Amino acid sequence: MIQLDVIRETALKLMEKAAIEIPDDYLTGLKNIADKEDGDLSSFVLEAMLENYEVAKEDRRAMCADTGVPRWYVKMGNEVAVEGGPVALEEALRQSTASSTIDLPLRPNRVHPLWRTDYNNNVGINAPEIEYSFEPDSDWLDLTTVHKGGLFGTDYRMLFPGDGINGIKRFYIDSLVAFGRRGLACQPAIIGIGLGGSKDITMLLGKQAACLRTVGDRNPDPKIAELEEQFKKIGNSIGIGAMGFVGNSMVVDCHIEVGYCHTGGLPMSVHAFCLSSRRATARLFADGRVSFRTNPNWFTPFMRRETVEWPPEKKPSKKYA
Amino acid sequence: MASRKKALKKIRLNTSPDVNDLRHLHIGDIVYLDGIVYTGREGVYTKVIDQKAKLPIDLPNLSGTNFHCSPAASVSQDGSYNVKAVTATASFRFSKWLEQWFKISGAKLIIGKGGMSENDYKKNFIPNAAIYLTTVGYGTGALLGRGIKKVLDAIWIKELGIAQAMWILKVENFGPFIVESDLDGNSLFERENKIISKNLDSVYAGTERAILSRFGETDDRSEELI
Repeated sequence: MIQLDVIRETALKLMEKAAIEIPDDYLTGLKNIADKEDGDLSSFVLEAMLENYEVAKEDRRAMCADTGVPRWYVKMGNEVAVEGGPVALEEALRQSTASSTIDLPLRPNRVHPLWRTDYNNNVGINAPEIEYSFEPDSDWLDLTTVHKGGLFGTDYRMLFPGDGINGIKRFYIDSLVAFGRRGLACQPAIIGIGLGGSKDITMLLGKQAACLRTVGDRNPDPKIAELEEQFKKIGNSIGIGAMGFVGNSMVVDCHIEVGYCHTGGLPMSVHAFCLSSRRATARLFADGRVSFRTNPNWFTPFMRRETVEWPPEKKPSKKYA
Repeated sequence: MASRKKALKKIRLNTSPDVNDLRHLHIGDIVYLDGIVYTGREGVYTKVIDQKAKLPIDLPNLSGTNFHCSPAASVSQDGSYNVKAVTATASFRFSKWLEQWFKISGAKLIIGKGGMSENDYKKNFIPNAAIYLTTVGYGTGALLGRGIKKVLDAIWIKELGIAQAMWILKVENFGPFIVESDLDGNSLFERENKIISKNLDSVYAGTERAILSRFGETDDRSEELI
């Protein structure tokens, strides 16, 4: 049984780590990009950002004051037991979001969409979002918090099979150019692309691809992995650098996630996880141990399964593939 | 990083600059500020301009610098404020309030994210001898946080909330910012966009227009969203 007080304490720590400590994979990716950047202004911006990460850690202050819209991803082992059940778990996550907003502090961004009511704690109706996934043969609980910006860099489009790869490419470039100008996407960013699924799942997959996979990670489908590499190159060949200045640093990495979709459609989403790619993960074990990391390991083979049963008994029939 | 890049000019500037101070600034220069800045965005503009609420302070004499942002802040139990980081929000959304705001505030520096259009600069900034400074990153929240020396006030905090209140901040070596518009209304972002647009046809080569169009869609790659 995982104790509630451990969940509370861990969630607070995660909020702090996400807000203050830039993940190593993103930092390394950004440094690689900064080395190759030859635009004067774009280089100045990247150097200032690298300094900003250091200052945030030294002073223990948020690296970016736009907290975005903090949210939670929960992965539950199939055999895990949580004190108080999912209702208590959600209360603990909401409580830690509210407390760290005040204690760190973070900017209280969350308001009612119509009445603009602000409880100054980033909690409200449907906020923070809490998403779930599950993992077989496990008795741990993975908690991930992501603080992603909430206004720009994301778009959705219903494409069709006839649009094909070239149509996908165009919408990808459209999104980068549209939000890359003036740096609205806060690039260089981890670009997540959702392909397929139903319309809402397309959005969700693209966001998870941006926020829950690390720089350098590749989709297990070799052809999709190739597309990821290709799209990363395209993004950095547009001529746009940091803040929309002339340069070649738009994309730190590109991640694509897919879901089976309507036979007549090809829905697509593009998401940009910004210069303050804030994510932190912890695994909570039944014996009370907690281990922190920056890789959420969200997309497991179980998450990407395409068979009815698990574990898969056989490969899907080639005859109908 | 490679040393082939030219160093950018860095300038310290008071938050209530006169026109001579601003005349020396060119787009692409780096600026650090000393003095008093205030935050103001849709919450403040709606209240002061649309609802005609009277400002409880003599703004033109207090500060010439309007920062489009909100801080990562909280109010302690003793009523004091804890501000540790600030990050700008995109300014183009506030264009409709500019004309009135300049009249009320006498602002000389507008700071934010992403600049505004050259049209805004010509219509509202030039007549008021004001310029636009953009924050860097975006999101040098911690660096800017270090430059805040004191919170002097948080006007309308109960009513507007922490994110929309008007924060009055005493700052020192507060930056970096980049000069985005000069006194003649030239825009750094628009200069860069023009250069970038020239390359776009080759980037789009081989891609195809989507089968299903959307309202307002265009193939003119020099068009911006704002």
